[in-house]
Amino acid sequence: MSLRIVVTVKYVPDATGDRHFADDLTVDRDDVDGLLSELDEYAVEQALQIAEDADDAEVTVLTVGPEDAKDALRKALSMGADKAIHVEDDDLHGTDAIGTSLVLAKAIEKAGYDLVISGMASTDGTMGVVPALLAERLGVPQVTLLSEVSVEDGTVTGRRDGDTASEQLQASLPAVVSVTDQSGEARYPSFKGIMAAKKKPVESWDLSDLDIDADEVGLENAYTTVDAATERPARTAGTIVKDEGEGGKQLAEFLASQKFI
Amino acid sequence: MAEVLVYVDHVDGAVRKPTLELLTLARRIGEPVAVALGNGAADTVAALAEHGAVKVLTHEAAEYADYLVVPKVDALQAAVEAVSPAAVLVPSSAEGKEIAARLALRIGSGIITDAVDLEAGDEGPVATQSVFAASYSTKSRVTKGTPVIMVKPNSAAVEAAPAAGAVEALSVTFSDKATGTKITSRTARESTGRPELTEAAIVVSGGRGVGGADNFALIEALADSLGAAVGASRAAVDAGWYPHTNQVGQTGKSVSPQLYIASGISGAIQHRAGMQTSKTIVAVNKDAEAPIFELVDYGVVGDLFDVVPQLTEEIKARKG
Repeated sequence: MSLRIVVTVKYVPDATGDRHFADDLTVDRDDVDGLLSELDEYAVEQALQIAEDADDAEVTVLTVGPEDAKDALRKALSMGADKAIHVEDDDLHGTDAIGTSLVLAKAIEKAGYDLVISGMASTDGTMGVVPALLAERLGVPQVTLLSEVSVEDGTVTGRRDGDTASEQLQASLPAVVSVTDQSGEARYPSFKGIMAAKKKPVESWDLSDLDIDADEVGLENAYTTVDAATERPARTAGTIVKDEGEGGKQLAEFLASQKFI
Repeated sequence: MAEVLVYVDHVDGAVRKPTLELLTLARRIGEPVAVALGNGAADTVAALAEHGAVKVLTHEAAEYADYLVVPKVDALQAAVEAVSPAAVLVPSSAEGKEIAARLALRIGSGIITDAVDLEAGDEGPVATQSVFAASYSTKSRVTKGTPVIMVKPNSAAVEAAPAAGAVEALSVTFSDKATGTKITSRTARESTGRPELTEAAIVVSGGRGVGGADNFALIEALADSLGAAVGASRAAVDAGWYPHTNQVGQTGKSVSPQLYIASGISGAIQHRAGMQTSKTIVAVNKDAEAPIFELVDYGVVGDLFDVVPQLTEEIKARKG
């Protein structure tokens, strides 16, 4: 029986670019290049490994985002995913995490799934709540923040390294999994993979395909609002000294002056 | 006065510091009612009362330790229904975020994660967040339902404010999804005797410039002289010199201590994202051009193998 894996990915503004807000206090995407969120590459990698270990499996990558977000899907396809789904709709602009989880959940249900794999968080919003929201919406177990994951005989197991303890988790499929950057290095797309990706199917869905009303998503219908965004004032230039044998002592003097010693 | 639910993060009855910070923040927007779940819940009451909890709702059951997240969501939902609070505050830890997010979905509410400050507003609590690698600060509100707000450690100074701390047993019926993810084993993290990274007042971090796992002893010695936690950059963690649980940065932990000392760390944006909100920043680096020097209050351009041991000795000498 085929194992259907859906990997949720996000197209994010490059963190090394100069990110700022648009007038409506959403992220201005025009000024900064986007890319597949690095943390999602780990999710794609684990999906591919699980698929390789299964007798028969299919890996679908799913994203919600503007036209450019197809770039994130292409990257995942060139790594080796089988097909892609792009949910795009003008009414989605400014959708918050709660709304995004609704769109993803509906798309995952429409696609059909046994296993959903996500990154631990996006590298832009870094909220880290979408996998748990998906599990709640889909009504399936969450097996999240895994640094090790495996799937066998309809059961997913994994290791979750928390602040105070390391836990072994186990759940029956279908389930939602999220993986950390400790789960294993993500592969680079090969030339062959890049060429093959061009021929792989990318489906485009809009809100009507998912039976979602415009008033359930978008900036106007978000559950939270940003009232103000202010650029952090540049830090006043600090004192910088060159070590000429007394650097450690000078630093100690500074720490003492600030009452840290 | 409106009641504010505070989710209690504790280990077998020992309340973790971020929860005490939440009680301090909760008092700005209402009367704190704490929810303590699982083994040792009853033992948390004294600490919670001392820090302002007017009421403590407790419930002990094996499910909290045996299954992931959902039993706690069921309990918090029961507490929301029992209290009808003006807001729910949860520590912005990995587990706290998952519990809070699922709760919010169930009760039809919005969520704010990683708040670094909280104040009362005309239209409900206003949360301050630090975004885009701390280059912006935003003020946000929840506009639908009961605000569910997750607050980062070190966002408020803990203030004692003795209150009644009346204990009430919370009545919880677990949902059929509560036992979906079984925790088959748990290994407690070995204690280093140092403070927890995200909670520490001082963090001393090492990066690529440290040059090897053994050399981290220098960083640890400096940390110990200051009673600090030890952090590491991604480069140091990826090289296998220090555990991932100590990684500071975008894919590791975000810290906001009173003092952050970076040694042999260049200050890539991914690292800055995890430490830029530190109150005082100090760096030691051989490379005068390293971007970390743009952030510092005090920087030493020099070899950390000379500067760090000298600093450690000087601190010990001054402390006697």
